[in-house]
Amino acid sequence: MQHGKYRFIVGFLVFPLAIYALFVVWPFIQSIYYSFTDWTGLSPDFAMVGFDNYIRMLDDDTFWSSLQHSLTFALLLPVVVLGLALFFAFMLNVGGRSRKGAAISGVRGSSFYKIVYFFPQVLSIAIVALLFQFAYNPNSGAINSALGAVGLDSVKPEWLGDPKLALWCVMAVLVWSTTGFFVVLFSAGMASIPKDFYEAALLDGASRFTTFFRITLPLLWDTVQSGWVYMGILALGAESFAVVQIMTVGPGGPADSTNVLTLLVYQKAFRDGQAAYATTIGVALLIVTLAFAAIVMRLGRRERLEF
Amino acid sequence: MGSTSAQNSEGLGRRDVIKRSAAIGLITVPTMSFLASCASSDSGSDKKVEKGKATEKNPLGVNASAPLDFVLFDGGFGTEYATDAVKQYEKAFPDAEVKFTPTQKIQSELQPRFNGGTPPDLIDNSGAEQMDMGVLVGKKQLADLTPLLDAPSVDDPAKKVRDTLRPGVVEMGQFDGDPVWILYYAYTVYGVWYSQTALDRLDAEYPEDWDAMLALCAKAKKQGIAGWTYAGKYPYYVPFSLYPFIGKIGGREVLDAIDNLEPNAWKHPAVKSAFEAYFELFKKGYILQGTPGLDHIQSQTAWTEGKALFIPNGSWVENEAAKTTPKDFQMKVAAPSSLDSSDKLPFGTLWASGGEPFVVPANAKNPDGGMEQLRIMLSEASSKNFTSKVKSLSSFNGGTDGLTLSTALQSGVDALAKAGANVLNPRLQDWYVALQKEKIGVGALGEMMAGRLTPAEAIKKCQEYADAAAKDTSIKHYKHQ
Repeated sequence: MQHGKYRFIVGFLVFPLAIYALFVVWPFIQSIYYSFTDWTGLSPDFAMVGFDNYIRMLDDDTFWSSLQHSLTFALLLPVVVLGLALFFAFMLNVGGRSRKGAAISGVRGSSFYKIVYFFPQVLSIAIVALLFQFAYNPNSGAINSALGAVGLDSVKPEWLGDPKLALWCVMAVLVWSTTGFFVVLFSAGMASIPKDFYEAALLDGASRFTTFFRITLPLLWDTVQSGWVYMGILALGAESFAVVQIMTVGPGGPADSTNVLTLLVYQKAFRDGQAAYATTIGVALLIVTLAFAAIVMRLGRRERLEF
Repeated sequence: MGSTSAQNSEGLGRRDVIKRSAAIGLITVPTMSFLASCASSDSGSDKKVEKGKATEKNPLGVNASAPLDFVLFDGGFGTEYATDAVKQYEKAFPDAEVKFTPTQKIQSELQPRFNGGTPPDLIDNSGAEQMDMGVLVGKKQLADLTPLLDAPSVDDPAKKVRDTLRPGVVEMGQFDGDPVWILYYAYTVYGVWYSQTALDRLDAEYPEDWDAMLALCAKAKKQGIAGWTYAGKYPYYVPFSLYPFIGKIGGREVLDAIDNLEPNAWKHPAVKSAFEAYFELFKKGYILQGTPGLDHIQSQTAWTEGKALFIPNGSWVENEAAKTTPKDFQMKVAAPSSLDSSDKLPFGTLWASGGEPFVVPANAKNPDGGMEQLRIMLSEASSKNFTSKVKSLSSFNGGTDGLTLSTALQSGVDALAKAGANVLNPRLQDWYVALQKEKIGVGALGEMMAGRLTPAEAIKKCQEYADAAAKDTSIKHYKHQ
């Protein structure tokens, strides 16, 4: 059987690898190549300009503020979203009062909540962003109307119009729209943890707090880690682009307070006709993404538990 | 879930890394590859159609049987005005096949065609996906429209097309030197928009000077109505009344200097007075609460609901706000109020300029056909058709006789008549989009109107942004002629 094994495997892999090389690897190489040119994106003529684009990027305040926001998104969003999702999933599956016949159960109505949490996932991010844009309307939006209704007429923040609040407003929308997915993902993960573990722990007198940190979290670690990477990519990529592009002042403002790398790539390529510079920022984004993935893998490495 | 099948954690871990980095790759790729996919095809081979014989009826010498490829931005103006003009073209050249493509995605559809060297013959390069004109011109992708401008007009063969256009239209199509790259078909009046009905209720007329403006705002405030609102999320709407205000105070040269990115252009006293006047609106609480968080639609809605009296805007607002505008609103536009009697230009000075930029690509197969189509559109009949269908003026000077115009359109015509030669045409927004929108608009004006910068700080910022743009070698620079 060993004879010709590699040829056999290669035979199967050639086609997918070729497609991967053509549609993934090649564009990467091409983009990196374009980042050394002065291509505008609007004409077929361009010339090599060496590291000019990179020097310009390092000198570009907007790039640095976008990088900072993208990093804030990538670091903070996964913590908040996964933290909330773990908490909710735990409450839905394990956190309830103990009832007759079952060692563990979720809070009352947990199956209903599960569906409700998943709701935002059904809406496209563009719709979510639009809805929140209305809610954040300082003049007649839902949030400020609610503040007015409870007698807080004097506190009427400008939300997206205020550079101190805008980034947090955007982040809140992303938390709202993504948490549900991870609640469902973690619920599924928790359901596959054998009940006996919990029974044993409860018999030993463990509190809910201890069961979570000693049983649920370690056994769920793989899922959490994948979720972390996935969430980081969302925060660096398409999802953050959509909300910033649709919701914010400018977009990217006020005063550059919400610009992210993906939006900058888009603006440079499609608004300013500087496609080469946009690919340069794209390369920076690639490096950030790879670094993020490497760090998460590094931090997340631990013994696998078998059960 | 869990990992019941793990037998060798080391190996699986490594495979996981590969799998996940592949996943990351898959997601990062779109942000890069969408750029890459469209370049690097060879530049267009010169396969222009043969020129036809120039006659009195066909002054541009269009090849009567050559196909015409016309791409139109399908936006607020719709497509009917253009299809009507296409019918005229087909009537004039029955053998020509016209391919008419309306789209909202100008850039996505046309960028690959420009890169491939096979652009259409006539493009209405407009909308959110407008291709950067400066780059198109800089990269020599557009044809010079001078032959069209020097051709006799449809209505009067003794008159060149050039002489039938409204003021500023030809100039707007120039970037540096004589060639005219763009023909703006619509004509937009910018200024201070208001509801005559709302002013009537306050027993007021449109204030012709700034003291009267402040007094009227104070009067409105007592009744719980704000003086002004604006598109807070896109503060580059503020210049629609602010720039002509600056030009009116300090003269045309001030705006030209700003457009030319001259050193200390923003430090001119006229800029300071104008900024301070607008900042006073904020300081005295005359700006609608929450305005910095409103987008253009939301601010226009607040305005049509009567929550604010004035809004800086352009003549498209009539169409855009039509759904929320009450029947008795009497929408009108006015030129910016005078600051005081020492203003260089008289009251009535306003900003008006072309909209809907039509271009003929340099690599088009049938550029003469594209220009002929434009010539047909610039006839009085087509212009009238445009104005009556889309409620906007066209670049054709006149063409409103015998039409019943809405109050907004009529006020635009009146304002233009009152302005006479004092029509200003600041170019920042078409020459330096990023500077105008993101830097000066959002970064300085937006911050000042929200009260987070003083006028002095805002001016300093504008000057810094302008200096940076002047130094930036990656953008092409232009100068007023």
